[in-house]
Amino acid sequence: MKQITVLSGKGGTGKTTITASFAVLAKNAVVADCDVDAPDLHMLLHPRIVKTQEFRGSKLAVIDGSKCAKCGLCREKCRFDAITESFTIDPFSCKGCGVCTIVCPANAITLKERISGHAYISKTRYGVMAHAMLSPGEANSGKLVTLVRQNAKVLAEKKNSNLIIIDGPSGIGCPVIASVTGVDAGLVVIEPTMSGIHDFERALQLLKHFNVPPFVCVNMYDVNINNTEKILGFCKENGIQIAGRISFNPKVTEAMVNGKTIVEYSPECDVVKEIGNIWKKLYSSLKLGST
Amino acid sequence: MIISIASGKGGTGKTSVAVNMALSIRNVQLLDCDVEEPNAHLLLHSKISRIETVYVSVPFVNEKLCDHCGKCSKFCQYNAIFVSPENVLIFPELCHSCGGCTLVCPKKTITEDKHEIGTLKLASADNLELVYGELEVGEPMAVPVIREVKKHIDNSRNVILDSPPGTSCPVIETVKGSDFCILVTEPTPFGLHDLKITVQVLEDMEIPLGVVVNRAGIGDKKVYEYCKEKDISILLEIPYQRKIAELYSTGVPFSSEIPEWKEKFQMLFDETRRLVGK
Repeated sequence: MKQITVLSGKGGTGKTTITASFAVLAKNAVVADCDVDAPDLHMLLHPRIVKTQEFRGSKLAVIDGSKCAKCGLCREKCRFDAITESFTIDPFSCKGCGVCTIVCPANAITLKERISGHAYISKTRYGVMAHAMLSPGEANSGKLVTLVRQNAKVLAEKKNSNLIIIDGPSGIGCPVIASVTGVDAGLVVIEPTMSGIHDFERALQLLKHFNVPPFVCVNMYDVNINNTEKILGFCKENGIQIAGRISFNPKVTEAMVNGKTIVEYSPECDVVKEIGNIWKKLYSSLKLGST
Repeated sequence: MIISIASGKGGTGKTSVAVNMALSIRNVQLLDCDVEEPNAHLLLHSKISRIETVYVSVPFVNEKLCDHCGKCSKFCQYNAIFVSPENVLIFPELCHSCGGCTLVCPKKTITEDKHEIGTLKLASADNLELVYGELEVGEPMAVPVIREVKKHIDNSRNVILDSPPGTSCPVIETVKGSDFCILVTEPTPFGLHDLKITVQVLEDMEIPLGVVVNRAGIGDKKVYEYCKEKDISILLEIPYQRKIAELYSTGVPFSSEIPEWKEKFQMLFDETRRLVGK
């Protein structure tokens, strides 16, 4: 079984549009949306949820006011400034470490589990999908990503699928690391802007750090041809595989408004041909046979 | 006054709004809290005056004194310490630096060591002060770097915080303590979906907010309908224009090239100040 993650560094470069198109083009692949704090893939693939799991990511300290002597030791030892002046817990600051529970001389503080989100297993019109929704403002998105990936693996085994396509979050922090570790390829989607180039370099470094073979695709390449050439030149110089480039087309947004992937919405347009070529290239590079 | 610029969805134009607003007002300090992918400095061509290393504390176990009782490992909520009868393994990238292991160790064999996770840069450009952090590639935790960036907040200035995308802990850490949050969105289903999640977070945190619609004209009208229904002010609309996109792609803040936008960003700031009541 092979796994490929679509990532970008910078947000809004087109990861989800591309992942959704791959989901249509693939035969019998499992799709995993690992952007768990702002998942968007479901708006194109319309999954029908068949199983929901509660996700308990972190704990929260709770102070029993009737036992609390307001001595202040917890406030002194808490490194996250999570205990207010009136000795209550600020849930947005508490990391659930438990230090307050052991320093409290009155045993007034306990750690309580909290539901930090939900993981889902779903059916779509193109196969099965693993996804999740982190409760707004929660921590531990990396752990939830790991759960989504485990679910995707189980699904792939059950369905005898040879490929998992992962829609990654933006950035390079914990949820991204959890999305790329151990995958067979990372497709970096970049836009030809100064910020795009900067973030793309960091995404490439991240893939190198975790020994993931990179592929690069320039999206909306015609917004700045000079920058596109710079990017492609950089890839050639550094021996990085270029998967292809995709032109700017307002039809992509139209498709999104209609809740469809671009492959379904406008099968004849350039963007679809370009994505198709990228897909073929990845498919053969991953030695999955012919598309 | 502290204004944070956030979005939910990535790539909606947070940095563009933050930088253009910063360039249009006086006495301003811009803090780029997107430490995973900081971009404000690329648009400002700023000059760095100081670089500091950001460290977090991680446990160091003196194995000569350790009797492998395992209390530290049992206490650690993040699985950052593994104790076997033969040895102790520390996973610095999982550690949240709470210091709990040093407190529970009965033999007091655990001390804290410094672990480098990023850098902090102090810079200036065009009359404004810029502070930004950079998380080291491979390090998972952005929050301690964001915290270091925010330590430089100068309350005598108009402070603008450029937030990372999403709705999880790095965003919370950034917007915490803000007087107001400007949410930048695009009028598409993805933009709306992620806007709604972010609004929920900010309402829970009791931070007042308003919306800037970027790339107005693309997509549909649902963002406007949602804002009307929720009584959220739309503070500014930036139309989708090839020229703005091209200027951004070359790293030029568009208000520097199209002067009428300076005025619009000033008005955005004034309106924000009015809503905050400062």
